[in-house]
Amino acid sequence: MSLEEWTHSLQDMRQQAAIAAKVFIQRDYTNGTVCQFQTKFPSELETRIDKQQFEETVRTLNNLYAEAEKLGGSSYLEGCLACLTAYTIFLCMETHYEKVLKKIAKFIQEQNDKIYAPRGLLLTDPIERGLRVVEVTIFEDRSLGR
Amino acid sequence: MYLGLDEPVRECQYNQICTRNSLPMETLGHKKKKIPRRKWQVFPGRNRFYCNGRVMMARQTGVFYLTLVLIMVTSGLFFAFDCPFLASNLTPAIPVIGGVLFFFVLGMLFRASFSDPGVLPRATPDEAADLERQIGAANGPSGPGYRPPPRTREVVINGQTVKLKYCFTCKIFRPPRASHCSLCDNCVERFDHHCPWVGNCVGKRNYRFFYLFILSLSFLTVFIFAFVITHVILRSNRTGFLSALKDSPASVLEVLVCFFSVWSIVGLSGFHTYLISSNQTTNEDIKGSWSNKRAKDNYNPYSYGNILTNCCAALCGPLPPSLIDRRGFIQSDTPQPVSHSNGSSMYASTQLHTHMAAATPLLHSNSVMIGGGGPPFPGKSSLVVPCASLAPSQPSLPSMPGLSCAGDMLTLRDPDTHCHHHHFASPEETPSPSGPMPLTLPCAAHMTHGGHIHPAQLYDPASQDSLHEDSVRGLVKLSSV
Repeated sequence: MSLEEWTHSLQDMRQQAAIAAKVFIQRDYTNGTVCQFQTKFPSELETRIDKQQFEETVRTLNNLYAEAEKLGGSSYLEGCLACLTAYTIFLCMETHYEKVLKKIAKFIQEQNDKIYAPRGLLLTDPIERGLRVVEVTIFEDRSLGR
Repeated sequence: MYLGLDEPVRECQYNQICTRNSLPMETLGHKKKKIPRRKWQVFPGRNRFYCNGRVMMARQTGVFYLTLVLIMVTSGLFFAFDCPFLASNLTPAIPVIGGVLFFFVLGMLFRASFSDPGVLPRATPDEAADLERQIGAANGPSGPGYRPPPRTREVVINGQTVKLKYCFTCKIFRPPRASHCSLCDNCVERFDHHCPWVGNCVGKRNYRFFYLFILSLSFLTVFIFAFVITHVILRSNRTGFLSALKDSPASVLEVLVCFFSVWSIVGLSGFHTYLISSNQTTNEDIKGSWSNKRAKDNYNPYSYGNILTNCCAALCGPLPPSLIDRRGFIQSDTPQPVSHSNGSSMYASTQLHTHMAAATPLLHSNSVMIGGGGPPFPGKSSLVVPCASLAPSQPSLPSMPGLSCAGDMLTLRDPDTHCHHHHFASPEETPSPSGPMPLTLPCAAHMTHGGHIHPAQLYDPASQDSLHEDSVRGLVKLSSV
């Protein structure tokens, strides 16, 4: 086999070793336009992760987004203050939503490291997908046991 | 296939060929750092960006400039010609209030015009494929000549059945209240309308600015109208009507502009006040989506029930962030020339495989780890691979690129994230003799250089995030079982 052929076969192997599938958890609009994701457990993940675990992750995520979009005293105060300063206040401080998004990013990273990566899965932060989906990348399990 | 030590000359020749055939990226990287492009430069919608992505407007901005000119000219004339008289004869508070109103109007106009209205980024190819598959499965097999039904999804929101339409341009199912603006060619969340006066769509993120703009503009118009009339009347009392007009000719122009503006702007403000209090968009109102005339039990599922909550939600609610990362850098997919371990060629191939398997889980699907795949370093990866058998380096190295890539992946907000460090790592950091012209050095030496340099480059992002290191190790354990 020539060097080129060997390289090409290696490339094929690499592609096989990489992503097996991607699952997309869609948005749940039953409560309106608030950002919520469906907690329905996708069948592709059945062999990889516990249903409870997964639903717990999505539920926590939903709670975090609900917190970001919550209408309450603090959000009204922030809105009014911002309006009075002609929204220049956001040059100095982050909006409440942005603060929660950072929390969410940290949460997802944590979940990936503790739960998903050891199972050959990867959660993508929904903000990278325009808050449309939670993308779960399933990697091929290369362990010899299978 | 055996890569033996007895073939160094051939491999070096191969390297030479590869570097010649390498894509411009590599040569550019050697000569100067290629400036990574920002996402706004490749934005698929029909928008215009200014100030390096900070400002986002629609394509047609002519009417916006007209708005700006009208406001500035009228206000300018008011401050120049009417205010001195009014300040001295009535109260200096008039120009002060006028000034505050004027700046507020401009501020809100700029905010409404320049911000992202709530554009939904288009679906990634994977998402689109997944949706297509789901839709195809739902529709069932279609025979020849059979036209599939329009793609819709029904969802029940607060007791009302809402149809979500599939957008063929953006390849997504539009969230409720989102609509595709044909002028901007974007799906916009909570799409109200496309306002040419503001030069942008009015959507979720800039609706409050738009409303405050028209509200403050109506106050300003009424204010100017009232005080110009007052000015003319006061002057006429002293000098007579015609001479009053002759003394301040600008007032005529101002009155004309204000008179016509008042009807339209005040009317529009009133209309939008109604929309806000009932939590509807212009789009929904025009279509009569929630009108009782459509169906007896039709009601707006998004309304909070009372006017005050609706108003507060629209005006003082949390401001959602932009979903399109305009100023982020595009991480172009580049393969990671991994310097890797071991001795024998056979072991090298399997070890490579497992290391790739270990490292790739944390890379995005489009990223090419090694193995001569993809642009722009086919030469580099081939260069690296055969030399593996010649010059062993630390086994932990292969995991590092994945590590740093993972770190980048999870922190950078880009679906096609890739470590752009690696972009420049190989061509730039390898010492010049072994840069684009490796034929001058034996491969082993080159490998050692690469071995030295790569970790230095790769460790920088890696050291920032040890959590990813653990996860990669976890995966290594998984795959090497």
